[in-house]
Amino acid sequence: MTDTAELSSEERGAQEAELREVWRTPSGWRYWTSVNNSDIGLWYGSAAFLFMLFAGVLALLVRVQLAVPDNDFLSADTFNQAFTLHGTVMMFLFAVPIFEAVAIFLLPSMLGARELPFPRLSAFGFWSFALGGVFVCGSILFGAAPNTGWFMYPPLATDKEYSGIGADIWLLGLSFIEVASIAAAVELIVGIMKCRAPGMRINMMPLFAWYLLIVAGMILFAFPPLIAGDILFEMERMFGWPFFDAARGGDPLLWQHLFWIFGHPEVYIIFLPAIALMAMIAPTFAQRPIVGYSWIVLAAVGTGFLSFGLWVHHMFTTGLPQISLAFFSAASEAVAIPTGVQIFVFIATMLAGRVIFSVPMLFGAGGLAIFVIGGLTGVMVALVPVDWQAHDTYFIVAHLHYVLIGGMLFPVVAGIYYYYPLLNARKLSDRLGKIAFWLMFIGFNVAFFPMHLAGLRGMPRRVFTYPADIGWDWFNLISTIGAFIFAAGVTIVVVDVLRPKHRQPKEEQNPWNAGTLEWISEPEEKWGVRSIPIIRSRYPIWDQPGLVEDIKAGRYYLPDAKDGARETLVTSVLDAEPLQCLRVGGTSVLSILAAFSLGGVFIALTFHWWIVTAACAVITLVAIVAWLWTGTAVIPRDEMRDVGLGKTLPLYMSGPQSVGWWAMFITMAGDGTAYASLIFGYFFYWTIHNDFTGGHAGPGLLWPLAAAGLFTLAWLAMLLARRVNGGDRPALTRLLLLLSLLLTLAAGGAGLAGPYFAGMDPTVHVYPAIVWVVTLWTVVHGGVGIVMQLYCLTRSLAGRMDRHHDMDLRNVVLYWHFLVITAITSFGVLGLFPELR
Amino acid sequence: MFSDWDIGAIFDRDTIDGASLPAHKSEPYRLRISIGARAISRRALPILLAPLSGCSGVQSALAPAGEEAAAIFQLLLVMVVGGALVWFAVVGLLLHAARRRKAPWTEEQASRLILFGGVAFPVAVLLALLVYAVWLMPVIRPWFTRQTPEPEMIEVTGEQFWWRIRYPAADGMPAFQTANELRLPVGERVAFSLKAADVIHSFWIPALGGKMDMIPGRTNTLSLLATKTGVFRAPCAEFCGTSHALMAFSVIVMERADYVAWRRAQAMGDGTGGREGERLFAFHGCAGCHGIRGTASAASLGPDLTFFGQRQTVGAGALANTAENVARFIRNPDAVKPGAKMPAFDMLADGEITAIADYLVGLK
Repeated sequence: MTDTAELSSEERGAQEAELREVWRTPSGWRYWTSVNNSDIGLWYGSAAFLFMLFAGVLALLVRVQLAVPDNDFLSADTFNQAFTLHGTVMMFLFAVPIFEAVAIFLLPSMLGARELPFPRLSAFGFWSFALGGVFVCGSILFGAAPNTGWFMYPPLATDKEYSGIGADIWLLGLSFIEVASIAAAVELIVGIMKCRAPGMRINMMPLFAWYLLIVAGMILFAFPPLIAGDILFEMERMFGWPFFDAARGGDPLLWQHLFWIFGHPEVYIIFLPAIALMAMIAPTFAQRPIVGYSWIVLAAVGTGFLSFGLWVHHMFTTGLPQISLAFFSAASEAVAIPTGVQIFVFIATMLAGRVIFSVPMLFGAGGLAIFVIGGLTGVMVALVPVDWQAHDTYFIVAHLHYVLIGGMLFPVVAGIYYYYPLLNARKLSDRLGKIAFWLMFIGFNVAFFPMHLAGLRGMPRRVFTYPADIGWDWFNLISTIGAFIFAAGVTIVVVDVLRPKHRQPKEEQNPWNAGTLEWISEPEEKWGVRSIPIIRSRYPIWDQPGLVEDIKAGRYYLPDAKDGARETLVTSVLDAEPLQCLRVGGTSVLSILAAFSLGGVFIALTFHWWIVTAACAVITLVAIVAWLWTGTAVIPRDEMRDVGLGKTLPLYMSGPQSVGWWAMFITMAGDGTAYASLIFGYFFYWTIHNDFTGGHAGPGLLWPLAAAGLFTLAWLAMLLARRVNGGDRPALTRLLLLLSLLLTLAAGGAGLAGPYFAGMDPTVHVYPAIVWVVTLWTVVHGGVGIVMQLYCLTRSLAGRMDRHHDMDLRNVVLYWHFLVITAITSFGVLGLFPELR
Repeated sequence: MFSDWDIGAIFDRDTIDGASLPAHKSEPYRLRISIGARAISRRALPILLAPLSGCSGVQSALAPAGEEAAAIFQLLLVMVVGGALVWFAVVGLLLHAARRRKAPWTEEQASRLILFGGVAFPVAVLLALLVYAVWLMPVIRPWFTRQTPEPEMIEVTGEQFWWRIRYPAADGMPAFQTANELRLPVGERVAFSLKAADVIHSFWIPALGGKMDMIPGRTNTLSLLATKTGVFRAPCAEFCGTSHALMAFSVIVMERADYVAWRRAQAMGDGTGGREGERLFAFHGCAGCHGIRGTASAASLGPDLTFFGQRQTVGAGALANTAENVARFIRNPDAVKPGAKMPAFDMLADGEITAIADYLVGLK
């Protein structure tokens, strides 16, 4: 960067002091109000890791119980709680969150950004996750943990006598955590698309960013069906709406579809980020760029797509027609191909380089060897006939652990050993790492390999005991021994991470000589990057000489923090051209307050404390509005900001250019998926019954069509309001907002009037129940729309919205696009479909 | 009555060849390690030896005794061998790649590896496997609509935590209900109509074929063809609640003639049991749930107990069928089988319980 005048060391020191002050993590109890990505990432990861250890202990209890036949170490009920919680915690509280944690920690510096675009949202996600996780895990201490398996199949899980409060804890606790996951997904997608360093075109992104982009997209489409399922499930448990009760027209299989539409992509949501870690580690230790960058990106995208077409392979034994089994079998086989490509990309990279073999590579290669076995058994059980035998046996237990431990846990440990220097400027112990690896590798295989045989010899899953002399005794004893060896290995990793290292000398900044940007971040500085560089390569540290020094000397963009605000660059989606200097939220208690009060809503619902629920809901609303009011769409004092290198960028942007608009769009895509799942339910009931109304009256034509019409008018009024606001006529804008609000109220009323006046009782039959759910979903979204309209009105009255600063209004109109599609679909289907049939 | 049959000797547990199913809570025979405190005291219980030989195959997909199981076993064997070769190849390549070599591969060579190893080879192999498996599905599980005449359907209903079995009337053999023990003719395709009374269960006889779920509100069908006579064990394969682990039925595959004789005898029932036990059975309300054909007990809420003495186990695979175990079960079913719906009868005098147990075990 020779074209800029070199700063003196005093000027540079002043800039650094400025930056340090702006990005400072508060001390004392206020430490926990930090929203900085490196703090949140660390807490997130540590919490996920603790939950993993907890679930691991549960697994050991399960293994002790099964060590010998006819054992009574655990009672049947405790055993059932233990395996349910083991699966639930590993899936929801470890496997997915650990990657959100790693991504929040690594992505900004990897992309050359200071921060992700919504740091308070990250904090909100973390606190929701932590609270929900403690709530779900704690239940076992009171003997009230869910006990129906992590898949929660009704009617067992809707049987209140059997499942008690545990099922509610599962449904509500996890819905809460899913909200956190979706929040993280929104954050990551916007961050990856909009906050890359200038010049880092989309085909130059580090592979980790590619994978996380794909995975966050998958979360967005995979979690909402489960949320929709949770809503139906909780309505059945709380109010007796018979969605899964066959006696009243419901069907237990609908839950299985919704659960596995979530559950199968979930496997790849877990697996892909681990592969992403390997995609960062393998090139470093081969000391060359990855071979086949486009191959691996396409393979990852392909895996993501295919993973949504496989869910029925969890249902091969439910008696579906063989023709659909054949289709899903083919899709399940097909997904092996992109998976294989990714593995061969790593091997090819190693072959084309000169491999330095150290602990991260040991875990990576060991994980690969394990994962390949899981992949091969996966190919076996994807064939329908084999699955007819293997389904719900220990063969599947072995298969899924080979996949998840080889494909996820080993790469995570590799990642811990690889990235630890970014946390502490020191490496973990090579010797302990090797011991841990061999204990884990051997222990794992000793524990899980025999399960293949036990399963094929007929041992079903989820049995708390088994008879002697059926041919499983030795397999189970060996598995238990292996599990403890494996646990010893994990313990050594924990010891290695926690042992004091202050006497160990500090490493240089990039100790593995890696080529990607995350290695420029310094553990003791919170600002992420000293200045935001211009990127011209996939491996900039290798290919751009002097890059690290120039960044550190502040010779690139945003080397200072003039206005005392946390800032990062927003760039264009494909080519990463600088567009805006974004001011992100700083330290705040609001995100904690919002998370805890929302947690209060879910927890109080579990115990049917209606007043507490309502109170918490109000606090949540207030906290979120306060957060939006103070933290987002702040109108800056100056319109433009000199970001350095002779470039001046706007500080405020609205519409599709702004990150807020993208966040709204992405959130609504997820919301729309949940809604689509409900509509799927409506038509599902139609397909399984000759007369899906069960002879019950429908909402008629009049009211639903009136509601659809009124929602459309309200939407038109919103469009007009945006337009008029652009013409700088605030009074008319307010009037139109008010008109739209009144129309929405009327629309909601009309929507409710249909089923209400038809006397539809949702507890009698599934038809009135699904009509009510779709109606309520739409009306509640209308209600949220009204809150947004009120917010815009208030902003306008407070003088915080004008023709240039109209981000709030534009985002709300975007919401209304989705709302009007929802309303027309809902009321169109509810009103017209029963007539058209 | 039982001893009149040719087949009787085979299934009489006192004979040397006696094949009986392993049941829970019997003495751990080979592994004398136990962790829980109660498990130790359980050793003091009367020992019922499940014969060592012949038992480890009773519930195994690796010891097929039916057409479907044999076909799947064969497919599995091919894939295990093929899978092992693939694994050694991939891991071998990985180890080779990890070694320090004189000259690294060129980018072109490495890309070619991705193309052939990661794409071409898997596509070919997976396609072949898929075609074979999809062809196999209707062969081993024929669609009934194509078959004429439709085979008779034995109706099996999963209930927490036992199996209700209804044989239809056929060929002059009257219909009847039984529980937890299924008898089938060898060499004939038998069809099942599978239902669930409360929650989802799954019907699975590993030695004969794959599983099929039993789902409330739905009726699934499955047909199996046993190729060998023998005694097999069939566990519930879908988690169904507290005692899911203690829900299994016995499957006895017999020659046609014996099978017909058994069905005729079953339908008639047996009223020749011990008079005192029969009286107590009715008096204490057992007959309120359990039916025994040939006596006044005709209820069908719980498992039917006609010819109970012929059955392998008590409590749907929970215990071996001995008078002591039956008495134990009657005294407190929940202690044997947590979550069982049957109430405890520990208020009865020991003598009465013994009498009822002896009566039931004597129903042969």
